[in-house]
Amino acid sequence: MTRELFTSWALREAMAQEMRRDDRVILMGEDIAEYGGAFKVTEGLLGEFGPQRVINTPISENGFVGVAVGAALTGLRPIVEIMFMDFVTLAMDQIVNHAAKFHYIYGDGVTVPMVLRLPAGGGRGYGATHSQTLDSWFISVPGLKVVAPWSPADAKGLLTAAIRDDNPVIFIEHKLLYSVKGPVPEGEHVVEIGQANRVREGDDLSIIAYSKMVDEALEAAEALSEVGVQCDVIDLRTLQPLDDKAIVESAARTGRVILIEEGVRQGGVMAEVACRIMEGAFDYLEAPPVRLGGGFAPIPCAESLERSLMPSAADVIAVAQQILA
Amino acid sequence: MSEQPSVLLGYLRAMWVIRHFEEALDDLFGRSLIRGTCHLCVGQEAAAVGACAALRADDQINSTHRGHGHFLAKGGDPRRVMAELFGRATGYAGGRGGSQHMAGWDIGFLGSNGITGGGIPVATGAALSAKLQNTGRVVVSFFGDGATAQGAFHEALNMGSLWTLPIVYFCENNLYAMSTPLRSHSAVSSIAERAAAYGMPGVEVDGNDLLAVRDAVATAAARARGGEGPTLIDCRTYRFLGHSKSDKREYRTEEEEAAARRRDPILRFRALLLEQGHASESELAAVEEDARNLISEAVEFAQASPLPEGDPSAKVYAP
Ligand SMILES: Cc1ncc(C[n+]2csc(CCOP(=O)(O)OP(=O)(O)O)c2C)c(N)n1
Ligand SMILES: [Mg+2]
Repeated sequence: MTRELFTSWALREAMAQEMRRDDRVILMGEDIAEYGGAFKVTEGLLGEFGPQRVINTPISENGFVGVAVGAALTGLRPIVEIMFMDFVTLAMDQIVNHAAKFHYIYGDGVTVPMVLRLPAGGGRGYGATHSQTLDSWFISVPGLKVVAPWSPADAKGLLTAAIRDDNPVIFIEHKLLYSVKGPVPEGEHVVEIGQANRVREGDDLSIIAYSKMVDEALEAAEALSEVGVQCDVIDLRTLQPLDDKAIVESAARTGRVILIEEGVRQGGVMAEVACRIMEGAFDYLEAPPVRLGGGFAPIPCAESLERSLMPSAADVIAVAQQILA
Repeated sequence: MSEQPSVLLGYLRAMWVIRHFEEALDDLFGRSLIRGTCHLCVGQEAAAVGACAALRADDQINSTHRGHGHFLAKGGDPRRVMAELFGRATGYAGGRGGSQHMAGWDIGFLGSNGITGGGIPVATGAALSAKLQNTGRVVVSFFGDGATAQGAFHEALNMGSLWTLPIVYFCENNLYAMSTPLRSHSAVSSIAERAAAYGMPGVEVDGNDLLAVRDAVATAAARARGGEGPTLIDCRTYRFLGHSKSDKREYRTEEEEAAARRRDPILRFRALLLEQGHASESELAAVEEDARNLISEAVEFAQASPLPEGDPSAKVYAP
């Protein structure tokens, strides 16, 4: 059975179902218990699972991520909420030097099965330290998997897969998607990590996006179809490992690619994706791929400024017109 | 408490194993037979052996950049630790880890750590597992005096105490963080005093007195196992050699070093066993000889072991 759920509910359902299925799964984070988390994603879980498994932490990001790493090494499967993705900077040591490396250096039998849930992205006027998209940092750290769902169903399915994965998974949740509703399967729902999803089919132009930017991609594709341009829209869903096959197939078929991400364009995720397209589909390209991404500035607070820093459907349409001209 | 001579001789042997292991490494590095760097714990053997002597086999420990002694004291196979240092396939991490990055899960050694202070939260997480899964285990986290300046130390001790976790925070206070003396990196002269900030007992112990270390850890472990939470142990000791292989030790005086050598934890313990009639001179000599041979064999084993081969990217992810 499928019903319409908010993304935040879909995420909560994934956690609750996995916690019922496996009592090694625990939650940790700031204000996640009674309060339900800054974005209410863990609301109600304390009531069902109790304070032993839904653990409020002090404001010690590096410390409690490290505690989660140690717990994961010794038999638990922690899901850690970092209140805002921006605060992950404080936990980078435990993520990069510890979680990502322990399986490699401590030997075959040693694993770090943990999920870091990171509410990311701007668009709400939270300003420079509460709006960032830092995804690209993580894709260059061997040992981490990086997932960033767009649809509510994928949010549930990918979180379930992340919880079951024996590696540390960076799970990026866009704050503006929490309140988006969509159909979500009721029972167990697993979406395999590492697979992109074609959310719209077309042969004229590929638009590659993920997370909230899939909305911009679809809006642009809809507008472009009205002028006779049929777009292939690819939702990456997983950023590490990237689904090379899906990316290259779409690029080779359409020959024209626009890549869009919310994070800073320079050194961004799409720089990597664009490069893989060059490597895998160069001979099929009719035009150089174009990257759209966040401008090179801290995220400003004022709505007009914040909007102009971020890529949008209008930018995609403008670029498409140039490429197709 | 009456002490069993065989147990006491076991402690002495364990300390000699570490001493000869580290001195062999000093020699091997000096002759460039091993790559990289390493941090030796000569002079600090009573801390590692004393602490592990107070633990059950299924208790767990984790360690630092200066971790060979802890690994061996917990029961690590000197041949495989040595092989890891030689970068051989038979090493604990198959050559991927090296001196600062190896673990022995089967014996409860949850890993050495190249990040100063980084292991303290990790050990705290292992203690959280022990508590939530009712394993009855205690975790001991070893770290240096320098590590107590890290935020990770503060964050972990606060959580360990807040959640009454079964953990012992064991500071091997050798009075220096690389070249920086304790008085220049810590606002308080006693690490034990810091315990007050976390509502846990802080205990100072003579780290060159093996039985004192063992008893302090036994008390702390009993407290942890009994559900009363962590203890911070300030174990005063001294590292005889340099911080790492490149250190000329210009920040310390020869007099200070000579005075420390007179408190050598191994010679002190050996003298105690003789004086109290637990062992004869020839038994004591045999124990040392045995340890020396074990390490020679370990070096031979390591040198004869194959180099690791294959794709270094093959083991980045767990299947
Ligand atoms: C985060 C970090 N900073 C600096 C270093 C370099 N470093 C390695 S050991 C060390 C000194 C540590 O002193 P202490 O904790 O007292 O341990 P000891 O070496 O005395 O055993 C330093 C500065 C490091 N490895 N990690
Ligand atoms: Mg020190």
